[in-house]
Amino acid sequence: MSNSESVFFSRVLTELTLSFHIIYATIGVGIPLMIMIAQWVGIKKQDKHYILLARRWTRGFVITVAVGVVTGTAIGLQLSLLWPNFMSLAGNVIALPLFMETFAFFLEAIFLGIYLYTWDRFENQKKHLLLLIPVAIGASFSAVFITIVNAFMNAPRGFDIENGQLVNIDPLLSMFNPAMPSKVSHVLATSYMTSAFVLASIGAFRLLKGSDHIYHKKGLYLMMKLGLIFSIASALIGDFSGKYLAEHQPVKLAAAEWHFETKTGAPILMFGILDDGEVKYAIKVPYGLSYLSHSDLDAEVIGLNEFPEDEWPPLYIHYLFDSMVMIGMWMVLLSLMYVLGLWRKWRFVMSKTYKWLIVLGGPLSIIAIEAGWWLTEVGRQPWVLRGIQRTEDAATTSGQVDTMLLLFAGLYLILGIGSAVVLIRMFRNNPVEQELADRTAEEEGVRL
Amino acid sequence: MTLEFIGISVLWLFLFGYIMIGSIDFGAGFFNAYGTFTGKQHILNKIIQRYLSPVWEITNVFLVFFFVGIVGFFPQTAYYYGTTLLVPASIAIILLAIRGAYYAFTTYGGLDKRFTYIYGLAGLIIPASLSIVLTISEGGFVAIEESGPVLDYWGLFTSPLTWSIVVLSLTAVLYISAVFLTWYANLAKDEPATNLLRKYALFWALPSIVTATGIIIELRTHNFLHYQRLIDVWWMFGVSFILFLGTVFLILKRRSYGLAFILLIGQFLLAFFGYGVSHYPYLLYPYLTIYDSFTNKAMAIALIFAFIAGLALLIPSLILVLKLFVFNKEYVQGKRNDHA
Repeated sequence: MSNSESVFFSRVLTELTLSFHIIYATIGVGIPLMIMIAQWVGIKKQDKHYILLARRWTRGFVITVAVGVVTGTAIGLQLSLLWPNFMSLAGNVIALPLFMETFAFFLEAIFLGIYLYTWDRFENQKKHLLLLIPVAIGASFSAVFITIVNAFMNAPRGFDIENGQLVNIDPLLSMFNPAMPSKVSHVLATSYMTSAFVLASIGAFRLLKGSDHIYHKKGLYLMMKLGLIFSIASALIGDFSGKYLAEHQPVKLAAAEWHFETKTGAPILMFGILDDGEVKYAIKVPYGLSYLSHSDLDAEVIGLNEFPEDEWPPLYIHYLFDSMVMIGMWMVLLSLMYVLGLWRKWRFVMSKTYKWLIVLGGPLSIIAIEAGWWLTEVGRQPWVLRGIQRTEDAATTSGQVDTMLLLFAGLYLILGIGSAVVLIRMFRNNPVEQELADRTAEEEGVRL
Repeated sequence: MTLEFIGISVLWLFLFGYIMIGSIDFGAGFFNAYGTFTGKQHILNKIIQRYLSPVWEITNVFLVFFFVGIVGFFPQTAYYYGTTLLVPASIAIILLAIRGAYYAFTTYGGLDKRFTYIYGLAGLIIPASLSIVLTISEGGFVAIEESGPVLDYWGLFTSPLTWSIVVLSLTAVLYISAVFLTWYANLAKDEPATNLLRKYALFWALPSIVTATGIIIELRTHNFLHYQRLIDVWWMFGVSFILFLGTVFLILKRRSYGLAFILLIGQFLLAFFGYGVSHYPYLLYPYLTIYDSFTNKAMAIALIFAFIAGLALLIPSLILVLKLFVFNKEYVQGKRNDHA
């Protein structure tokens, strides 16, 4: 296998692993917070249904955590296995956030185990709630630290280069790089948003499929409210990310927007296709890009033509950008109408069609997460370490990457199907009505 | 003491931690599968499940910690080991992934128990595929070519040293696991399980010590320098052997299983550090020492600080886990049902 083939297969394998891992990782970051909120609402309102929500979500969560942990271990090792030249160069700088990520993960792992196995040990549910705090903190901080590593790859700093080696390293300066604030906050907000909409989607599905229990209605309403808050937050932070790109990584923004000529008062393009360098069928929003980039309708936005063509990212990232933004906007609208609708007693939000739209919202949010990550990662090409190391110089020289790709693809297929089957069976075999009845019976001392 | 030395000691300690709790985990999976095969599963099932359920995730973190730590402290290892280990490490990851996921699927999701066998076997192949790293580190299997380091698979798989280390990892896993579970079953006042596991412990004691000794002799021909350095710290292995005799004696006499397990930890700790010290300063003989691969000073200090802060968080948490589960009498004896 030639070196360029190794590079190609290494990229495919990394993309496959990350794309699969991200589904479980995103849920893994957001759901502990939702569980914590449900538990807290349950205690505050003295409402058993919310406590039961927390409990049932946790049970499903364990399955997704398991897949998240094992695929996370895979990507952790693949960093060194597939990109040894990158790690031996940048390992000097990114080691600290990577190391701290394992601590956050450790904290989450420990307290999730305790939380799971002490359901009925504490009389006082507040004590049980306390156990969830480290789980949620650990989950969110893993995301923070790992996103810092990624931010560093987009905006490397905190070192000097001497003879191809990184020297005079300042670990903190490299962690708090310019890409870090917008990236970290966008990752957190979208993870919370996605988790809320995934849980809402499950609740809506149960309501559609026969169960009319108040439990599902409470869960759905709570998740749509949280989803609304976090989707608005995601959109606002997304806007900051655009401004960050305009200032520090203009080539990525220009490629995502098919913005070739440097212009003042640049329009933003929505949809469209690119045909031989010609943009067709796009909707132009005048001054949009200037506003997105600099909060100023007349500002100048740097175009792609200012950069050498071998530093351009692939131009298909425009479609990813569109998908991500459209889904985000759609989810803000969907949750806003639902929350307003319930409050103002609008008929249509109670309809079956609307519930189906909510069911669709969960998978859509996950698609937006994938699109967003592909956008940010492909948009950084051809660099692995922007401006310092090109992707083709970072990959392994081993000739067996193609075989490994097949093996891992098989693994993810098994894990994906396995986790879906287990999750569906878990909740189908023990519907909430059954569990409520069992618990009441147990509390009354009637042993079934 | 140099920063390099602190770094490698920290990592070595974590690797030791992984080997101990990983062995308990891997061995438990194997005994469970073996029990199913011989129709004795009902004896062991509960004990093993009760121990593993709250801690299965933590075991994995020790491994992650080690491999993140080693590229953190010694980034050059990524170049040498990353390139050469692609195949064995990928196989280990895949097995770990299947094993970890199916543990959760069967325990929490009620998935079919047919996977018990896969689970048990995977648990034996993982230590074997990971232990190949130890063989490679002795040198002689990696050639540096123009494109980068290349692993000599044929040489590796035909070397008696490789197979001795594989056999050692298997026997040690089963021995460590059996001793721990004997103690744990005894805490649970589960007599049939204690008796069965005690038999396993005694069965695996001899092969594990014989292969360990065999490896020292093989190193004499494979890597003489390492052999000489091993002999320099012969007393560590001597004390280790005495501790081994102590464990076996206590288990034979059915006395103080807790102490027996502590002696076992001492035995492996001494042998493991004896091996590590004699390997010093090489990470990959003869290409890579801990000095030429070390990260820069600022990062090393930051990592050590992060490590101390992390431990301050983790040690109390781990103690809490032990108190709530492993050393909680009611939990261990199955008198609590806190649901999951």
